[in-house]
Amino acid sequence: MSAITLMKTPAETALAQAFESAKARLPGDVESRARAFEIFNRNGLPHRRVEEFKYTDLRALMQVAAPAAVAVSPEEARVALSEARAFAGIDVLRIPFVNGYLVETALAFDRLPEGIDIVPLAGALASGHDWLSRLSPVHWARENPIYQLNSAFMADGVVIRVTAQARSPVHLQFVTTGTDAVAIATRVLVIVEPDATVTLVESHESRDGTAHQSNDVVELIAADGAHVRHVRLNAEGDQVMALSTLAVKLGAESSFNSINVVTGSAVSRHQVFALFSGENSTAQINGATMLKGRQHSDSTLIVEHGAPHCESRELFKTVIDDDATGVFQGKIIVPPHAQKTDGRMMSAALLLSEGGAMNNKPELEIFADDVQCGHGATCGQLDEDLLFYLMARGLPKVEAESLLIQAFLGEAVEFVENESFRDALIAHVEGWLAARD
Amino acid sequence: MLEIKNLVVQIEDKRILNGLDLTVHDGEIAAIMGPNGSGKSTLSYVIAGKSDYEVLDGEVLLDGENILEMDPDARAAAGLFLAFQYPLEIPGVASMTFLKAALNAQRKARGEGELSTPDFIKRVNVAAANLEIPRDMLKRALNVGFSGGEKKRMEILQMALFEPTFCILDETDSGLDIDALRIVSKGVNALRATNRSFLVITHYQRLLEHIVPDSVHVMSSGRIVKSGGKELALELEANGYADYREIEAA
Repeated sequence: MSAITLMKTPAETALAQAFESAKARLPGDVESRARAFEIFNRNGLPHRRVEEFKYTDLRALMQVAAPAAVAVSPEEARVALSEARAFAGIDVLRIPFVNGYLVETALAFDRLPEGIDIVPLAGALASGHDWLSRLSPVHWARENPIYQLNSAFMADGVVIRVTAQARSPVHLQFVTTGTDAVAIATRVLVIVEPDATVTLVESHESRDGTAHQSNDVVELIAADGAHVRHVRLNAEGDQVMALSTLAVKLGAESSFNSINVVTGSAVSRHQVFALFSGENSTAQINGATMLKGRQHSDSTLIVEHGAPHCESRELFKTVIDDDATGVFQGKIIVPPHAQKTDGRMMSAALLLSEGGAMNNKPELEIFADDVQCGHGATCGQLDEDLLFYLMARGLPKVEAESLLIQAFLGEAVEFVENESFRDALIAHVEGWLAARD
Repeated sequence: MLEIKNLVVQIEDKRILNGLDLTVHDGEIAAIMGPNGSGKSTLSYVIAGKSDYEVLDGEVLLDGENILEMDPDARAAAGLFLAFQYPLEIPGVASMTFLKAALNAQRKARGEGELSTPDFIKRVNVAAANLEIPRDMLKRALNVGFSGGEKKRMEILQMALFEPTFCILDETDSGLDIDALRIVSKGVNALRATNRSFLVITHYQRLLEHIVPDSVHVMSSGRIVKSGGKELALELEANGYADYREIEAA
């Protein structure tokens, strides 16, 4: 048997060089960053022979590694934020990031709403803030190469601590600007203390034409009795590679619901790692993805029922036009002690063209015997009979199609309780449909 | 006025309509009766523009214009309405959203302005009251969870709202109980007008007691084989379709 040394790809070599040159200026402990990079570097960019990346071969998709972003000037940041559209006009506590760096001047730290504390991540890392001991709450994320890269490169972010019923939703606004592609790595940690409540909104925006590479991680700890609503929008430009991870640890009697709406990016992969660590909690995790051209979008999900009597619902809808590719990989894990688990996962794809493709991989790993679990996956086209019915009522074909596509996605979007955010998401869907005409 | 001339239609190499001729004048209610498989529903789908069918010959003229080359939405805008035998359920599309989109699409195609929301709601409310349709039914997804009778009433509601000039009722009586049949018939009769005509397709004479036709046509093997007045329906009820099958066989 001979030892095999894998050739490093140009992107992997560039990542190693980028890490060497950036590590000294990145905040916090260099050693832990180096460890994270070393773990990543052992296997390099995951490829199609790695089961979790079979349908999203990062080694093939990531041909080059963009240089790490540096903070832009206050003026550039101001202009970039003034052009941001996502969730504009909605009354929120806005936490803006430009090119992955917190725009501290846009955030009034001294006038935060009651029950919300915010610490910039760069400062927290540099000073070794207490709250950072709660980073990385979910082991599934720690074992993931995208997360490891983020641990090595994370340059900024925030730590948010919620101690009451937060009246104002918190908007994490990520905007990337500039015509030279940059690599961004942000980390957000949200600690929702017992019985506290918060609505968290995330938007990711950039212009078409620049191949930025983002790697954003949000980690969320919902303590016992906490309730968290999460809305995420990927409206990135058409050349962007957007990798993202949401890691959630849920205490007892807590609830979490999340939707990720994707229309942007050339390549995107959103990973959700949810862990139930206390009884009687519920999670609803949804996705609504609309793809066209040659876009590739991956939704990967692991839900571990680490405690009995919890309920999870996952509903992912993907609309695929032109030559785009959708991926759904979902896994529900029920360990032996997690009796009375109730888990249901569904992925449905609508193919609008001959050239589109959808890869569905729903999985259940059940080791307890008194559970209710189910999963389903469908791929289909618009129903010709429904189209005829609508057209016979006077709707032109494109409008009839739009109505049916909207109805298809609606099921995933409608559970968003906050009317302003729901309307904004529906308007975003309508904008995508209007651009199809 | 609708004129069908020598209509020949097939689906997947199977001939369904064999040179069908039929004229329905303005203000007329024409009934088509005939045994199962005689091509009645095919006729209604072909007039409305369903793409599964291949038209080999003939014309369908709506007010003098051949509509066979038009898309279904253009036919609707031109004044055609088909009340489906089996109205489709559309999950996720609220009935009101659908009604407004459809009405405004037709108006736009005809070069008319969009209706204001209050104006639209007023019209829907009037039509719904006439058909005994409760408000909450209109808030639900279109036809989802509706009973057979509710679905048919929803079809007539659309007919009332869109104000077509030519209406086809494809076995609207199927699946209706006596009360629903009465409500639906009342709704149709209220829409009778000198500039509006109807083609009522049915198996049974029962519907024609409520919607009294001006003419009755017997269809068999894809053609009209006999035409007459409303008394023809009674004759069919008494004697069945056997005589007409024999005509075909001969």
